[in-house]
Amino acid sequence: MGSNPLQLLIAIQKAFNHVPDDAICRVASALGLPISRILGDVEFYSFLSREPLGTYSVLMSDSITDWMLGSRELFLRLCGNLGVSPGVTRCDGLATVGKTSCTGMCDQGPALLVNGIAVANLTDERIDAISRLMEKQIPPVAWPDEYFRVESNIRRRGWLFQDWQGPILEGEVLLQEMTDAGLRGRGGAGFPTAKKWASCRDAPGSERYVVCNADEGEPGTFKDRVLLQHCAGRLFEGMALCARTVGAKRGFLYVRGEYRYLEAHLEAQLAARRDADFEIELHWGAGAYICGEESALLESIEGKRGIPRVRPPFPVTFGLHGMPTVVDNVETFCAAAAIAAGGGSEFRSLGTAGSCGTKLLSVSGDCARPGIYEYSFGVSVSQILEDCGAGNVLAVQVGGAAGSCLDASEFGRKICFEDLPTSGSVMVFDRTRDMREAALNFSRFFAHESCGFCTPCRVGTGILAQAMERISEGRGTEEDITEIGDLGGILKASHCGLGQSANRAVRDMLRKFPEHFEGGVN
Amino acid sequence: MKTVSLDGAVVPFAEGQTVMECALAANISIPHLCFLPGFLPHGSCRLCTVKIDGRLASACTQPAMAGQHVEIDTEELRQVRLSLLRMLFVEGNHYCPACEKSGSCRLQKAAYDEGMLDLHYRPWYPKRKMDASHPDVLIDRDRCIFCELCVKASRDVDGKNIFGISGRGIDTHLVVNSKSGLLADTDISAQDRAVEVCPVGAILVKGRGFEIPIGKRLYD
Ligand SMILES: Cc1cc2nc3c(=O)[nH]c(=O)nc-3n(C[C@H](O)[C@H](O)[C@H](O)COP(=O)(O)O)c2cc1C
Ligand code: SF4
Ligand code: SF4
Repeated sequence: MGSNPLQLLIAIQKAFNHVPDDAICRVASALGLPISRILGDVEFYSFLSREPLGTYSVLMSDSITDWMLGSRELFLRLCGNLGVSPGVTRCDGLATVGKTSCTGMCDQGPALLVNGIAVANLTDERIDAISRLMEKQIPPVAWPDEYFRVESNIRRRGWLFQDWQGPILEGEVLLQEMTDAGLRGRGGAGFPTAKKWASCRDAPGSERYVVCNADEGEPGTFKDRVLLQHCAGRLFEGMALCARTVGAKRGFLYVRGEYRYLEAHLEAQLAARRDADFEIELHWGAGAYICGEESALLESIEGKRGIPRVRPPFPVTFGLHGMPTVVDNVETFCAAAAIAAGGGSEFRSLGTAGSCGTKLLSVSGDCARPGIYEYSFGVSVSQILEDCGAGNVLAVQVGGAAGSCLDASEFGRKICFEDLPTSGSVMVFDRTRDMREAALNFSRFFAHESCGFCTPCRVGTGILAQAMERISEGRGTEEDITEIGDLGGILKASHCGLGQSANRAVRDMLRKFPEHFEGGVN
Repeated sequence: MKTVSLDGAVVPFAEGQTVMECALAANISIPHLCFLPGFLPHGSCRLCTVKIDGRLASACTQPAMAGQHVEIDTEELRQVRLSLLRMLFVEGNHYCPACEKSGSCRLQKAAYDEGMLDLHYRPWYPKRKMDASHPDVLIDRDRCIFCELCVKASRDVDGKNIFGISGRGIDTHLVVNSKSGLLADTDISAQDRAVEVCPVGAILVKGRGFEIPIGKRLYD
């Protein structure tokens, strides 16, 4: 934790159920920072609060897949059991019940966080039992273990899950092997990984950093959670290989706060490492999707609000503390380590011309077997639907809230950078679903997660969400529909990818399923 | 010499200049609000959005590069600017006739220049806290456009570091660096660059009542 403001504030929140104003001033003066910097953090990150929360702080995961599994009804049930209004702490200080963006448990939802720790597979019975435990003031550590069990649900294993044991390649040889294998970033953008590492190595700077992006906030993705659980050793190996290649001595693993339950496991895996030349530190997020954007993530590690930086300069030249920095996704580092250990030529032979190797997909929604599927790039959406046991499918959302919504005529399309690039979120909607709900959910998500820095996104996501609220309550107008389409042109002027893609899914849904929206407009 | 094309005009630039800087040097106007020469570019208002080789970008942050083709005065970009201005108006409370800054306000001027005649979107009527605690300087947060010019001016020019931006999304707001969060507990003065630099009526000097007659104000 040391002197990192954000990590300190997370600890204070945990100890006092809020960050008192007095603590804000003290942290600021102890660290020699302006009060506004610390206050800025507290008011930016969702998991920090200035007002005291209850002894039990419950946050219900509010992803569309949670909705589909009945989370909204369970939320009301929990509020009813405890006699609290949403977001308002009970007057005896026992509990606060609120909502939070997708917690990455979509394959085993509905889920909630209690004092930051995930409880999945919620049912009426489980909600009632949890309510009773809280009323009896039994601390979560004494709750039944099964409540906190998180399944990995790995349904299809391929190249990445193989146990590559060849002689380890390093440095220039490794870069060449990664280039030959065609490794591109797995976090969504698909930048050639070897090129990124080489740029960082060649950039001037007195220090270098290697940062792993495990923020995984895109609704419907949970593959990094499973990799952290099963392949942490491989991940750290990949980060260390990168560090040796670029000349870094320090690395950070930025994990979203929702995965705090993994702390003991990750700390143990880190302690088991024997590498005096490269130290890896855990850095926890605190409820901000935007911190998955690489430059916002660096700001967050520096203890600031997660506001994306002006780019260029890119992190490879001007990254953490202004030094050359590699930021890669969990899956990218794991793949790099597997390529270094002899997996390169097989990787090259898999996938399509522009997208080599395999991709982990997080499949959730209306299907018999939600979970993690590893496919070679180029797999069709219909193949995935068949394998996960999805029938009577209306729509598939690929790439999370920022992705594309496909109708049945497009299920022949392929997962790859050339056709459907994605960090791996695949959400299935069957014909019983109302796509208006998904559109409402996604538009609220963006309005909640916009960092607020730039005008089009700060205001535009709000306008979009308000229009969708009206449409979903049956109070919409034709102008609302037109507005949602028109906003796309303005959102494109946003500072970062969040704003730029904020109306894509909703616009797709309006265009492809207009009949779902008719009832909302008069 | 390296050049870029700005709406067809071939303009030279020096290494390290942004598109905005080379346009200013060539007397080509690109509307802007949060950008002010002498301060690091911010890129938050997006009013200086231009199209560079087919992609939207903010001119104030984009480095000029040889051979770039920059579009500024197109119908598409006029629409973007108009929408951005409307957004800035509806998210705040901008009752221009009752605002001391009227006539000298850069937001108001930009809206006139772009021919903005209505709000188009439904106004949000925010209720952010007013700070009238200081004898000489007043903050009306509902007019703030988060350009951070006051933040930079106070920190880098006045050497006082009085302001900061806090919150997230639509809850973004200006904060003051004092234990109480009030301006009265800072050493701000009405002569500070931070006060003068505010492009809108969010930071105002007290004790003045529409001193400059209509017709003689900065943008009349
Ligand atoms: C709004 C937004 C959210 C993002 N979230 C993530 C994320 O959770 N995980 C991730 O790896 N990349 C995320 N990215 C992409 C990162 O900015 C970055 O491209 C990536 O971490 C680079 O790693 P890679 O090259 O290994 O893919 C996000 C980008 C944006 C614009
Ligand atoms: S696009 Fe949205 S998230 Fe990105 S910088 Fe702008 S306000 Fe922040
Ligand atoms: S108070 Fe004025 S100068 Fe400061 S951020 Fe707001 S609009 Fe900009």
